[in-house]
Amino acid sequence: MTLTISGLKVAVGDREILRGVDLDLQPGRVHGLAGESGSGKTMTGLAVLGLLPHGAKATGRITLGERDLLGMSAKELNKIRGGEVAMVFQDPATSMHPMLTIGRQLTEHMRHHLGLGRKEARARAIELLGQVRIPGAASAIDRYPHQFSGGMRQRIAIAIALACSPKVLIADEPTTALDVTVQAGVLRLLRGLCDDLGLAVLLVTHDLGVMSAVADEVSVMKEGLVVETGPRGRVLRDPEHPYTRALLDSLPGEKA
Amino acid sequence: MSPTSVPSKNSEAAPKRESAGAAPRRGGGPSPLVRFLVRRVLTALLLAVGITLVTFVLTNLVPGDPVAANLGQRALGDPAIVAQWKAEHGLDKPLPQQYLLHLQGVLQGDLGTSQQSHRPVLDDLAEAVPATLELAGTAILISLVAGVAFGVIAALRRDRLSDHVLRVLSLVGISVPTFWLALTTFYIFFYRLQITPGSGRIDPGMSAPPHVTGLYTVDSALAGQWDVFASAVGHLATPALVLALYTIGLLTRFTRSAVLEVMGQDYVRAARAKGLPGRVILFRYVLRSALVPIITVAGLAFGSLLSGTVLVEAIFAWPGVGQYAFKSATTLDLPAVMGVGLVIGAVYLVINLIVDVLYGVIDPRVRLT
Repeated sequence: MTLTISGLKVAVGDREILRGVDLDLQPGRVHGLAGESGSGKTMTGLAVLGLLPHGAKATGRITLGERDLLGMSAKELNKIRGGEVAMVFQDPATSMHPMLTIGRQLTEHMRHHLGLGRKEARARAIELLGQVRIPGAASAIDRYPHQFSGGMRQRIAIAIALACSPKVLIADEPTTALDVTVQAGVLRLLRGLCDDLGLAVLLVTHDLGVMSAVADEVSVMKEGLVVETGPRGRVLRDPEHPYTRALLDSLPGEKA
Repeated sequence: MSPTSVPSKNSEAAPKRESAGAAPRRGGGPSPLVRFLVRRVLTALLLAVGITLVTFVLTNLVPGDPVAANLGQRALGDPAIVAQWKAEHGLDKPLPQQYLLHLQGVLQGDLGTSQQSHRPVLDDLAEAVPATLELAGTAILISLVAGVAFGVIAALRRDRLSDHVLRVLSLVGISVPTFWLALTTFYIFFYRLQITPGSGRIDPGMSAPPHVTGLYTVDSALAGQWDVFASAVGHLATPALVLALYTIGLLTRFTRSAVLEVMGQDYVRAARAKGLPGRVILFRYVLRSALVPIITVAGLAFGSLLSGTVLVEAIFAWPGVGQYAFKSATTLDLPAVMGVGLVIGAVYLVINLIVDVLYGVIDPRVRLT
C-alpha cells in the first residue's frame, strides 16, 4: 500500500513548521528523508500518525491507499496506528516502558489490533524476536528493556513495530542513538525487512551516510519544505539543489 | 541502568544478565525480587534497634528523677528503700547496661509502667494504637483515592477549568492548618448544625464491640452489630476527613505533576503510536511510572498525618496514641513517652518498608540496587 503526503502543512500558533511537504512511499522501497535539525523531518513522520505535539495543527493530505489519515477520527486513526502504519523512534532507551517486560510490549497491541489470545500473541512475539535476531528469544521475552544493549533494544523496538504486520514503517532516526558498530546491523535489518515483507519505509535521518547505505529514494528537507527528491544515486551523486550540495560537502572524507 | 556487565562475545550477541554489581548468580538462587525483599527487611530490623536506642537516650536526657516520680515521700526518705527500688529497676547499673536491660524488656513486651494510669504502658498502647490506626488508616486511604484521582483528572484536563479548580482546592487543603480545621468543623457541624456526631469513637450510650482487631468499624461489622458499626463510621468520618485534607491536597499536586511528566515521555508517545486505547495508556503506561513519586510522597505524608493525629485526637476526644502522647508528655510520664516513641518509630519503619517493597514490585530496575 502506498502512503502519499501532499501539501502537508503543520503550524504551531502562527508559526509554520511544515510549509507544504510532498512525499511518496512505495511498498518495498526505503524512502530516506534528510535535512538538518529543525527542518521538519520528524514532524513529517509524527504527522502521519497524528502524534504531533500538543497545539500543533496539520493541514493538507496524507493518504494511505484510498484513505485520508488527516481527516480521520481519533478512533479510526487508532486502528491505523501500530496496525497498518508503525513507528520506530530514535532512542530505544526511552521508547520502551522500563517497567514492562518486552513480551508485554510486544504482545499488547497484537492482542488489541489482531484479537490474538495470550498464547498465540506470545508465540508470535518469540517468532518476531527471532526475526530481528535476538538470541534466546524464548527466554528474552520475559526480560525488561534495561537488560538489553542499545542495539538489541532497537531491534526489539523494530519487532514491536512489525508485530501487527504493518504496510508502512516510519523510522525516526533509528540509528542515531546507537554505537556506530551496531548501526550497520540495524540498518541491514531494516533493509531486509523492507525487501522481505514489502514494507514501505520512511527513514528519517540527518545522516547522509545512513541514507546512502539503504535508501532507494532520497528527499531533502530545509525549513519545512522538501527542496529535492529523487533516486538515491542521482540525488547523492548529482544534486540539483544548492542545499543538498552543501549537505554533501559537509560530510567528512570522500565526496559522494 | 548503565551497562555494567558486558557479555563476553560481542555486545549484540547475548542479553545482559541482571547483574548490577551485586551477586551475579547464574541459574538457581532466589529471584532478584526475593533477595531485594530480604535485604529491605533486614535493614528495617537494624533500624528498629536504632529506634530503641534513640528513644532510650532521648528519654534519659530529659532532666527528671524516676525515683522521685515513683516513690512516695516517706519511702524517699529511706536510703535503703531507694537503693532497693533502684536495684529492682536496674537503675544502679551504668547506662549502657541499663539500655541492654531496656532492650531486653522491649523484646519481652515490657515497656514499663505508666505513672499516670499505673498500668503497663503496653496495655495502654494496646488500647490507643488501634484507635489511631483506624483514624490514620482511614485518612490515608481517603487521601490516596481522592488525591490520586484528583491529580489524574487535573493532569488530563490540563489548563482547563477543572484543572484550575482542583489546583485552588489542593492549595487550600495544603494551607489550612489541621487544628483550625478540626476546631471549625467540630464547632460548625457538631455544635451549631448538629449533623455530625460528637467526640469519641462511638455514641456515648453504646458499648464497644467485642475486641478482635481493636478497629471499631471492623469489630462491629464482624460481630454483626450494625448499629455500632453505623455509629463508629459516623464518628470516624469527620476527624478522618479533617486529617486527610492536607494529604489530599499534597497528593493531588504531586500526582498531577508526576502524570504530566510521564505523559511527556517517549514511551508514552510510542504507546500511542501502537494504537493502544487511551485507558490502557493511562493505567498501564502512565500511572505505573507516576506511582513511584506518588508512593514516595504518600509514605512521607503518612508521617505528617500521624503528627496531625495529636491535635485532631485532642479536639475530637479520640482515645488514640496522639492523645496518649499529649497527656504523657505534659505530665512527664517518661515510660509512656518512651512507649509512644517506640510505637511511632515502628509505624514509620513499617511504612517505609512498605514503600521500599512497593518500589521493588513496581519497578524491576530497583530490585537490582
